[in-house]
Amino acid sequence: MIKIATALSVMLIAATPFAAQATPDDDLKAFRSYFTKKFPNVPVNDFVNGVYAVDSASREQWEAFEEFPSYEIAVDNGEGKFNKKFANGKGYADCFPNYKKGIKQNYPYFDTDSGKVVTMESAINKCRTDNGEKKLKWKKGAITEISAYLASLSRGHKTNVKVPNDAKAIAIYNRGKKHFYAKRGQLNMSCADCHYYYSGSKIRADILSPALGHTTGFPVYRNKWAGMGTLHRRYGGCNKQVRAKPFKAQSDEYTALEYFHTYMSNGLELNGPSQRK
Amino acid sequence: MRITAHITTTTSIVALIGCLGFAPSIASADEAADLAAGKKLSFDRKKGNCLACHEIAGGSLAGNIGPPLVAMKARFPDYEKLRAQISDARTNNPNTIMIPFGPHAVMSSKEIDLVSTFIYTL
Ligand code: HEC
Ligand code: HEC
Repeated sequence: MIKIATALSVMLIAATPFAAQATPDDDLKAFRSYFTKKFPNVPVNDFVNGVYAVDSASREQWEAFEEFPSYEIAVDNGEGKFNKKFANGKGYADCFPNYKKGIKQNYPYFDTDSGKVVTMESAINKCRTDNGEKKLKWKKGAITEISAYLASLSRGHKTNVKVPNDAKAIAIYNRGKKHFYAKRGQLNMSCADCHYYYSGSKIRADILSPALGHTTGFPVYRNKWAGMGTLHRRYGGCNKQVRAKPFKAQSDEYTALEYFHTYMSNGLELNGPSQRK
Repeated sequence: MRITAHITTTTSIVALIGCLGFAPSIASADEAADLAAGKKLSFDRKKGNCLACHEIAGGSLAGNIGPPLVAMKARFPDYEKLRAQISDARTNNPNTIMIPFGPHAVMSSKEIDLVSTFIYTL
């Protein structure tokens, strides 16, 4: 069954009609105006609250959770880990000299030298391997604690992702955009089906969150996970729901998706880490 | 299993009534079993899972992505059109979110028949 699902999803991605002419800036304007028209009563910066921006019924319960948030301990642990020196005497602060001012709003960014997009998590692990330390696991655990700490220092900063006029950067952006709109999996649904076209509708008992503002609150503590997870952990879960084979966390595919997905929230304030059901 | 048991009971009742001389045809026992099976498949999260998107009488916690499934005979005078919609909704709307149950082998042709038969009673 899994094999069928993968084969189908590959076929479908190839078959999806796709116009690449629009610039990232055009896309952003269209994306923004779609959601502000669809949800005229939601102030733009409220989209950072995910489904709770459009689901008044569960908002109160969520606000109560946020009073004593489960991610608080992750932030504390993250601070401790961040400040612990590596075996070579250096530390994370040497890799992220401006961390106290808040840096997460600039991730993911396109690195001209390598021609690749760098995510917050990939930068954390690169800092480690550059200093002779082992990589942390990508989706949960220590890496989410460190990124939760860095996210907490970036609260209130506006998402500021840049797609420079560089063929490689644009290609990565377009790959992410394509992932977002392409039908996939045995159930044949795209991210856009659930989080764009039908955002605000109910799928079974769950209201679907708008994709605008999706990225601002990560990493999140999810009750269902009984722990913290990265954005790529969530991507994997959403791919599995439609019976598509998930990609690996920090794969080129999910990094491209994160690049597009975060760019769409440019100008919205970071509010991570956050709490989800 | 339960379906088989159900068939047996219904059939024996039919047989009994049959002796009394006013038997509904055996086909109606089969029909009842088919409808029960169709309903079960429609509600099963691993099969139709229609409630994810449609309100259906008898189901709870339904989503509202698609229209409530009511008055199906009025909306689909032609049963075959309904079956086609359930088998592959892309025929009517190429970009539909509704799952292509037939072509993607989420349900077999027989299962789609059962689901369609049940939905047609709504
Ligand atoms: C079948 C429907 C469906 C599809 C397809 C789907 N998702 Fe989701 N997604 C959900 C549901 C349900 C939730 C939980 C409620 C919510 O926050 O929307 C969710 C949650 C999320 C969240 C967490 C939002 C938050 O604020 O915590 C992100 C991010 C996300 N999805 C991204 C994606 C991406 C990217 C894709 C495509 C790769 C995708 N989803 C495909 C149904 C879907
Ligand atoms: C993921 C969402 C989804 C699921 C699951 C789903 N549908 Fe639909 N369905 C829709 C949408 C949306 C429409 C509206 C037409 C369109 O957009 O294609 C629709 C339309 C229909 C219609 C046409 C209604 C009318 O009056 O025009 C029928 C009948 C139908 N669905 C039956 C089913 C059945 C039976 C199942 C389960 C076996 C099912 N659907 C599962 C989303 C869904």
